[in-house]
Amino acid sequence: MRIHFEKRKTYSAKASVLTPVISFLVSLILTAVMLAAVKINPAEVYAAMFRGAFGTWRDFSETLVKAIPLILTSLGVATAFKLKFWNIGAEGQLVLGGIGASWVALFASAWLPPAILLPAAIIVGAVAGSVWAGVPALLKVKLGVDETLTTLMLNYVAIIAYDGIYTGPWRDPDGFGFPGSAMFPEAAWLPRLTGRTHAGLIFALIIAAVLWFAFYKTKWGFELQMIGNNKKAARVLGVNIGRNIIIALLISGAISGIAGACEVTGIARRLQQGLSLGYGYTAIIIAWMSRLNPAVCIPVSIIMAGLLVGGDSVQIMMGVPSAMGQVMQGMILFPMLAGSIFSEYRLRLSRDSAATAAPTEGGLA
Amino acid sequence: MKTNRVAAVLIILLAVVLLAFTGCSKEEEAKVEEKAAVESEAADEPFKAAFVYIGIPGDLGWTYEHDRGRLAAVEALGDKIETAFVENVPEGPDATRVIRQLAQQGYKIIFTASFGYMDPTLEVAAEYPDVYFEHCSGYKTADNMANYFGRIYQSRYLSGIVAGAATKTGVIGYVGAFPIPEVVRGINAFTLGVQKTNPDAVVKVVWTNTWYDPVVEREAAVALLDAGADVIAQHQDTTEPQKAAAERDVWSIGYHSDMAKFVGDSVLVSAMWEFSHYYTTRIQAAMDGTWKTQSYWGGLADGDVKLSDFSPLVPAEIKDLVMAEQSKIESGEWDVFNGPVYDQSGAAVIADGAVPSDGDLANMSWFVKGVEGSVNQ
Repeated sequence: MRIHFEKRKTYSAKASVLTPVISFLVSLILTAVMLAAVKINPAEVYAAMFRGAFGTWRDFSETLVKAIPLILTSLGVATAFKLKFWNIGAEGQLVLGGIGASWVALFASAWLPPAILLPAAIIVGAVAGSVWAGVPALLKVKLGVDETLTTLMLNYVAIIAYDGIYTGPWRDPDGFGFPGSAMFPEAAWLPRLTGRTHAGLIFALIIAAVLWFAFYKTKWGFELQMIGNNKKAARVLGVNIGRNIIIALLISGAISGIAGACEVTGIARRLQQGLSLGYGYTAIIIAWMSRLNPAVCIPVSIIMAGLLVGGDSVQIMMGVPSAMGQVMQGMILFPMLAGSIFSEYRLRLSRDSAATAAPTEGGLA
Repeated sequence: MKTNRVAAVLIILLAVVLLAFTGCSKEEEAKVEEKAAVESEAADEPFKAAFVYIGIPGDLGWTYEHDRGRLAAVEALGDKIETAFVENVPEGPDATRVIRQLAQQGYKIIFTASFGYMDPTLEVAAEYPDVYFEHCSGYKTADNMANYFGRIYQSRYLSGIVAGAATKTGVIGYVGAFPIPEVVRGINAFTLGVQKTNPDAVVKVVWTNTWYDPVVEREAAVALLDAGADVIAQHQDTTEPQKAAAERDVWSIGYHSDMAKFVGDSVLVSAMWEFSHYYTTRIQAAMDGTWKTQSYWGGLADGDVKLSDFSPLVPAEIKDLVMAEQSKIESGEWDVFNGPVYDQSGAAVIADGAVPSDGDLANMSWFVKGVEGSVNQ
């Protein structure tokens, strides 16, 4: 008797809606069991989470603050995943974007006119993210280096470089030795819409709309889809796979880079601890749950941001330890991932010992 | 048929949850009733005070001490107040969100207990003028934001006397968090204490660039032990450096809490915080409407910092010396940084007989002679 995964041949529209909903319900149920086991009333916790994330306009604006980088990085991830290029380096690309934008904000203000300081910071951030994603793309296309490893590894490089920069050379000379750059000049502050919600939200919505159009209404989107579905067929039909990978990855990195640039210019207004909070990893889950649909990435990101923000409220309102908040987030994500696997694959039990091993091509990395 | 199976699984899960719910809701009801009874006795709503922590109260160091202070305030003020804390809040943009959430949820006084919360606290204070904010260990204030800290350097100095008498190799290791004045001042005071009993000893400093990271703190201590240190002191949040020293059968000096309780007699003495008094009086003042902004810096004489009991390993004559120095400081006759004090190059930064101002101490960014390390990393 053996268990193996079998790729589903058909994928019903009903399932695509039901899977995330059922996964979400299952996560809530599993989490409730865990909470009840430690004698915390799950209903109260969920009420507190919901109120903390969506209760008032002010709470919701904080949820949006977290949703912005999640939307952007998940769009970046989705662009790469579209052609089954497993870019799990959104975190590093975001960090590079933050470093690039900070460089402009801190050092270019001397010779750049104030009016173009902010646009320049965002563009340099996008380019920096782009380069960080471009390297693994080039390595993949030219040398066939596995992108899962290179994009993951480059995250660590980016984070360590960033730590080194704000604790070292860019440390504020007037900051009494505390790590963190000087405050950016005001010309480099991204305007805020309400509370701390900044103009990055507008970028996120525009980019999502453009990507949606590109994915579903253009020949390029069709090519990406084709490469993702069947590389051989795409090649036979004359699609330039290498060029498409590089273009898609430059765009993917640029979007994550913009996320980082918005974080430093819109929220912290300096380069300091707290830029790499794992948005780039959560983005992978979001992109996957959204089935790489840019329009769906927006609500899913907002829900995910609500979970993160609401988790803190539970701690405040119910005195639940912070570790429990993290466990809850994990419990909620896990069934969702499982759900997305089962929507693509079917679990089959067979007595046939000679059955072929689970197909790995196109599987979840 | 497949949908049936899914439905069955869901139903079973639901049943489990319902069971769990009923089990715990009974207890909840009891609790709620109890709460209601208490509330009807106290005519007014309790005054809400909140604390933002960088670590967890179980760190047995910095956050542990703040939470001890919070609990003392609860003890003193009883059901007139209601307190909450948020733990593991990273310094940086996330802190702003947490502090704002607390203000939003009706907390009237909010204590933020880490240096890096300074700008986030200031930002939220400007937005909520009716809420009192208290930031620990920084230097910025506003009409509704005070800052508070203690002259822990005085306890540091006293603990240094014990360390100097203990070292055989003449090398003392010091794990430091960040090269900011607060930490530099502590290292200097400690080193001056060491020189009281061992003028030739050196204090080696390693920076970790984190307040709270048990693994990194331990690694830094191990590096210092490998470099020949036989006493470990630290400016970190946990007991890990002290534990690393104990595992090598050498001594350590505690910081924040009475670390001998958690590590053993190898912790010769600890420089300790005592926030109970400050937290109680400030919450009381906020309740009474007499709260005013300030920059508070209490010392040994005020009871805001102190020295723990000595380990049985400390000889009597050293204890006597420490006690004598302590009473000199408490009486105001002398303080740790009264001149002459020399920097690493041997120049008298504080001249003979000079008394540095609190401002000078607050900005201290140079090491005294005898420290091996650099404030520029």
